[in-house]
Amino acid sequence: MEVLTILIPVSLFMGGIGLVAFLWSMKNRQYDDPKGDANRILSPDWDDRPKP
Amino acid sequence: MSLAADPEGPIPLSACPACIAAPAAEDLARRAQPKAARLTLSIPEAHCAACISTVEKGLEKLEGVKSARVNLTLKRVFVEADPGIAAADLIAPLKTLGYEAHELDPGLLSSTENDRKGRELIMRIGISGFAMMNVNLLSVAVWVGATDATRDMFHTIAGLIAIPTVIFCAQPFFKSAWDGLKAGRVVMDFPIALAMVLGCAISIFETLNSGPHAYFDGIVMLTFFLLIGRWLDHRTRAMARSAAQELAALEVPRAIRLREGVEETVGIADLAKGDLVLVRPGGRMPVDGEIVAGTSELDRSLLTGEVLPVFAAPGQVVSAGEVNLTGPLTVRVEAAGRDSSLSRMAELVAVAETAKTRYTGLADAAARLYAPVVHTLAFGAFMAWLWISGGDLRLAVNIAAGTLIITCPCALGLAVPAVLTAASGRLFKLGLLIKSGTALERMAAVDTVLFDKTGTLTMGRPEPVNFTDHSAEVLSVVAGLTGASSHPLALSLRARSEADGIAPLQISDLREVPGFGIEGLLDGLRVRLGRAAWVGAEERAETATYLMLPDGSTHAFTFTDALRPGAEELISTLQSRGLTVKLISGDTPAAVASLAGRLGISDWAAEARPEDKAAEVERLRDAGRHVLMVGDGLNDTAALAAAHASISPSTALDAARVASDIVLLSKDLTPVAEALRLSKVATRRMQENFVISGAYNVIAVPVALLGYASPLWAAVAMSLSSITVALNALRTR
Repeated sequence: MEVLTILIPVSLFMGGIGLVAFLWSMKNRQYDDPKGDANRILSPDWDDRPKP
Repeated sequence: MSLAADPEGPIPLSACPACIAAPAAEDLARRAQPKAARLTLSIPEAHCAACISTVEKGLEKLEGVKSARVNLTLKRVFVEADPGIAAADLIAPLKTLGYEAHELDPGLLSSTENDRKGRELIMRIGISGFAMMNVNLLSVAVWVGATDATRDMFHTIAGLIAIPTVIFCAQPFFKSAWDGLKAGRVVMDFPIALAMVLGCAISIFETLNSGPHAYFDGIVMLTFFLLIGRWLDHRTRAMARSAAQELAALEVPRAIRLREGVEETVGIADLAKGDLVLVRPGGRMPVDGEIVAGTSELDRSLLTGEVLPVFAAPGQVVSAGEVNLTGPLTVRVEAAGRDSSLSRMAELVAVAETAKTRYTGLADAAARLYAPVVHTLAFGAFMAWLWISGGDLRLAVNIAAGTLIITCPCALGLAVPAVLTAASGRLFKLGLLIKSGTALERMAAVDTVLFDKTGTLTMGRPEPVNFTDHSAEVLSVVAGLTGASSHPLALSLRARSEADGIAPLQISDLREVPGFGIEGLLDGLRVRLGRAAWVGAEERAETATYLMLPDGSTHAFTFTDALRPGAEELISTLQSRGLTVKLISGDTPAAVASLAGRLGISDWAAEARPEDKAAEVERLRDAGRHVLMVGDGLNDTAALAAAHASISPSTALDAARVASDIVLLSKDLTPVAEALRLSKVATRRMQENFVISGAYNVIAVPVALLGYASPLWAAVAMSLSSITVALNALRTR
């Protein structure tokens, strides 16, 4: 059962990374225009860097 | 200034006073310069990737535009530009690109507040989702039989995750439960908050004392499911609100003020009593006032329901909302903004709305029934077990907390929002916008439908009636005359003659006499088209315009109001469903009677004032009827607010749209029948959802009361009932 002392923190940490990534993407307003983002990927306009 | 305060100090005295003044002036100039213009335009036709780049590139090419960003979800483009740029400078180039654009008043689009609330809810969902997954993983070990130190450790870790989660994520429930308590009401959130607090407390106690049961998993799951319900609710409302705001923001309230002969465009809020305002033909009266110069005709249909335009001359009093038709008018402001007749109508609405707030939604009714039952059960279980076990407080609290958690308020919390989301999504596709959370339930009870005439069943647009009765010669004179005017009757005649392929006669010296009609010379002889008295014709009862030929003979062209598409179909559908249909209008009896005859409505009333309409709604309500009011004018506003449920078309005045529960975005009226049907289905689904969550409780509560409730039971009952309720909601179609 000693393995738990490693596995539980590891799993919590990995879940935490996901949570932080989610919060970051939301703070970054990545959910403001889902339809637009889905379409923007099709146009070659800003392939090198994202539109400011 | 420092110069005066310290005359002997080592001041770098400049010989030139301008050197001191200049920086100050520069500073002033910098401050006076307005900030970069931020413009929001609505582009309803944008729909694809190519649209995004065409619009963005097209706008960014323009002089003075710094950046443009399209939001395809909202169908808007946000433009950052130099201060001098106005919306009109952007609308024209967009038009050449093939996109119709409208300016939106950014002040009215207070979407940021909505955004912030929605984002906060999503963040809470994300955090509680993360916590729920981890806590449940830990709980699986306990459910399959972890004991002693392992179980305690798992409980401790689960608690360390769950407690901060509940404290942060469940704030909306605690807040609304507390607000409800302060107002002396037991809302749905009260049993939820109590279950969370009591569950947390007993779980902490059990963990510290190596007890077998901790409800951390159940509590976090409860938070997660309920937050989803809350978010669905918020999203439906935010969607409706932002679309309604967009409609309002399309009408940027501006007026042209005349000051010493100079025209300037100002906001209505800046107008004061006594100011002179210029209203161009086609413009809407921004204020109440008195005409001081100019003659014209006024379309009052939005205020009174009259289709026939009235003559306007100096000295006449006008009200905000009337449309100026033919000639420019100068109006002296008597009352603007808050004091205008438009705003006074809002008071009537406020009175009528107090009646509506008496309605209790299904969700509230369920909470009122549910909360006391659950509390009694939990408290009963606590007392009974305290007595059975001979004073074992720990066991009794355990069972009471188990009862509270297992009774699953999460299914109840999802019951209404899930159905609303499904139904409003469908209605939105049909072109209907639900503004109120209880609108669907109220619509479901409707048994009487009251229609307004002008602008609701009709388009408020005249259509010639006896056009073909006239000789070809008369018609070609009319076709030649109508080319000069933008009066609705002239426009209608022109459209009809173009459709019938009538060649217009060449008429010289064509001019519009504002308020009277059009005149010109045909082969050097005078011809006129306009008011009866002006051309010397006998006035008819119906809406008509009169033609005078050089030989002195007169010809009358009569008009009727064009029906709104789908009106006939809607009325017959409603009547076949056994609903009582009634027509109530402010127009003349002749006009109302002919329309009622065309649509097959036997019950109609004419020349009704706004108060009469509201009184009729109240009379029907007192007779036990549930009235659906469909109307668009200012004169309908009070009736819309007083009715059990109300619908207004998007062409309605702002006040009418605010007062109604549902806004019809499409031109066609048929979706109203569909909305009535869907509201019945949705209400049935909501009731089913309450029955489902009730049924789960019927099974779960005895188990909990007998003391067999385990966290596993709670978790299973909770997720099963939530999923069943959500799936049932999806059947709303």
